[in-house]
Amino acid sequence: MKKMSIRKAYGQALADYGAENPNVAVVVADVSSSVQTGFFAKRFPERFFNVGITEQAMVDVAVGLALGGMIPFANTFAVLFLRAAEQIRTCVAYAKTNVKIVGSYSGLSNFKDGPTHHVECDIAVMRAMPNITVVEAADAVEARKMVPAVAEHDGPVYLRLSRSDVPVLLDESYEVKIGKGVVIRDGSDVALIASGVMVSRCLEAAEKLAEEGIDSYVVNMSTIKPLDTGLVVKLAEETGALVTAEDHSIIGGLGGAVAEALGEGKPANLERIGVRDTFTETALSYDELLDHYGMGVEDIVKAARRAVQRKHR
Amino acid sequence: MTYHSEQLVKELDEIAQSLRMDALEMIYRRKAGHPGGSLSASEIITALIFHQLRIDPKNPDWEERDRFILSKGHACSLLYAALARRGFFPREELQTWGHIGGRLQGHPDRLKTPGVDMTTGMEGHGVAVGAGLCLAARIKNLNYDVYVLVGDGECQCGVLWEGAMIASKYRLSELTVIVDHNHVQLDGPVHEILPVDSLADKWRAFNFATFEIDGNNMREVLDVLDMAKEIRNKPTAIIAHTTKGKGVSFMENKSAWHGRPPNDEEYAQAISELKRRLSKE
Repeated sequence: MKKMSIRKAYGQALADYGAENPNVAVVVADVSSSVQTGFFAKRFPERFFNVGITEQAMVDVAVGLALGGMIPFANTFAVLFLRAAEQIRTCVAYAKTNVKIVGSYSGLSNFKDGPTHHVECDIAVMRAMPNITVVEAADAVEARKMVPAVAEHDGPVYLRLSRSDVPVLLDESYEVKIGKGVVIRDGSDVALIASGVMVSRCLEAAEKLAEEGIDSYVVNMSTIKPLDTGLVVKLAEETGALVTAEDHSIIGGLGGAVAEALGEGKPANLERIGVRDTFTETALSYDELLDHYGMGVEDIVKAARRAVQRKHR
Repeated sequence: MTYHSEQLVKELDEIAQSLRMDALEMIYRRKAGHPGGSLSASEIITALIFHQLRIDPKNPDWEERDRFILSKGHACSLLYAALARRGFFPREELQTWGHIGGRLQGHPDRLKTPGVDMTTGMEGHGVAVGAGLCLAARIKNLNYDVYVLVGDGECQCGVLWEGAMIASKYRLSELTVIVDHNHVQLDGPVHEILPVDSLADKWRAFNFATFEIDGNNMREVLDVLDMAKEIRNKPTAIIAHTTKGKGVSFMENKSAWHGRPPNDEEYAQAISELKRRLSKE
């Protein structure tokens, strides 16, 4: 499959949407060239603010812009927003300001800079805050389409983006519906529910599982909060075997959210693919790093087999 | 600079003194709140709400209104009393402060209370939020000023100085930061807990036009706000030297009164002292 850059797609979409919507403003904390907000800066310098390495104040400046009627997109590495967790909690979430927090370089996608720059707990932190919608883009097409969807969604949003180039899965007809999971492959034996870059790995796993006669659903759960619990419960009822996959800790992210939904809805066999409560290491490539930490295609296949086998015990 | 008449100063002084009594009554009634930092800020909040700010109680969300961020949100008893007296909501509502289902939270909530421009209470945010509001005004071509009241203990927060750098970079002359420099914070004297020495020099170094005044002197407050309005090309910082617990002898300069309510006798004495001062004015 053809690979495209998620961050570049986002950056270009932000500039394009900026032309359509004069209320969009962009703030960034000294990583504009990395998170690709330069396209916007070039076209709309009067609505672009690089505030240096001041993540906490950057979020507060975005809050002020929102109070003044703008739709600010605040940008930096996902891990650095943890530094501004209280700003996000009090001034964005509680004060319900229309701020869009864009955490780029999420998960292990900044493989080469190492574990200081990886982030395994951003979804867990954001998801526990009332009023915040949490979404993640699976590929470049979704990243592009999420810009207007997130901007036009009234209220605080955490948009999680990857640094990496990932296979393009979705076509132009794809429509972002915040709050809805999208079944991108039909199945019957097991449901692979994923977000972000793990969606394409689940599709590969589904092909392998098909060879051994296991028929897998693949779901792009791009909204992690509010979770599409209706879909999760429906898939649990139909298959009785679920696998979640995310480039994030298995604690508090998509896997945690699905486990909560199953616990209160329809208990089913669940396997969680993700970072297993550990810090990670530097690597030479993203794919190698995901494989090393148990997020490989083969890991998904094995997890699916286990979930299916447990049904028959 | 306009000359402020004796009459105006006297009227505002009376309001400031009455608001002190309102705030203390609210704290006494609720058995919770922050008397020290509310009493120190009364002249500043009064001058803003009753004189300086272009606001309309009938239209609290008016797009072109001046904004006031009480970054030291723990002084909200005084802000609520001022907003009620200015007509943003009925004064009887002050009695519902802190009640479940009421509009007056323990710290200011922009979504619940008319006239509250920003939710505050966690120290440090006001300067950067104010900077963002000024940037929005520029983009939207709106002509409003933004006033932020911070505490001196709050000047220990890193994010406050991040915000100051940003305001300075963008030369936000629409922004005026007032420091309620009462020298006392929750745990004790500011110079013991963590010194914020030479506050004026600090703000000057961050490229703010900086003034120092007696923040419990109404005429000085009114005059400095006028001067701030004249500043071009840079934001303004006003170091307002005040007395924590101002107006109540046993509360003055005592960190114990940062966040505790008076008992029956203390309340009676406090009110009688404030009344005496009011009748003198």
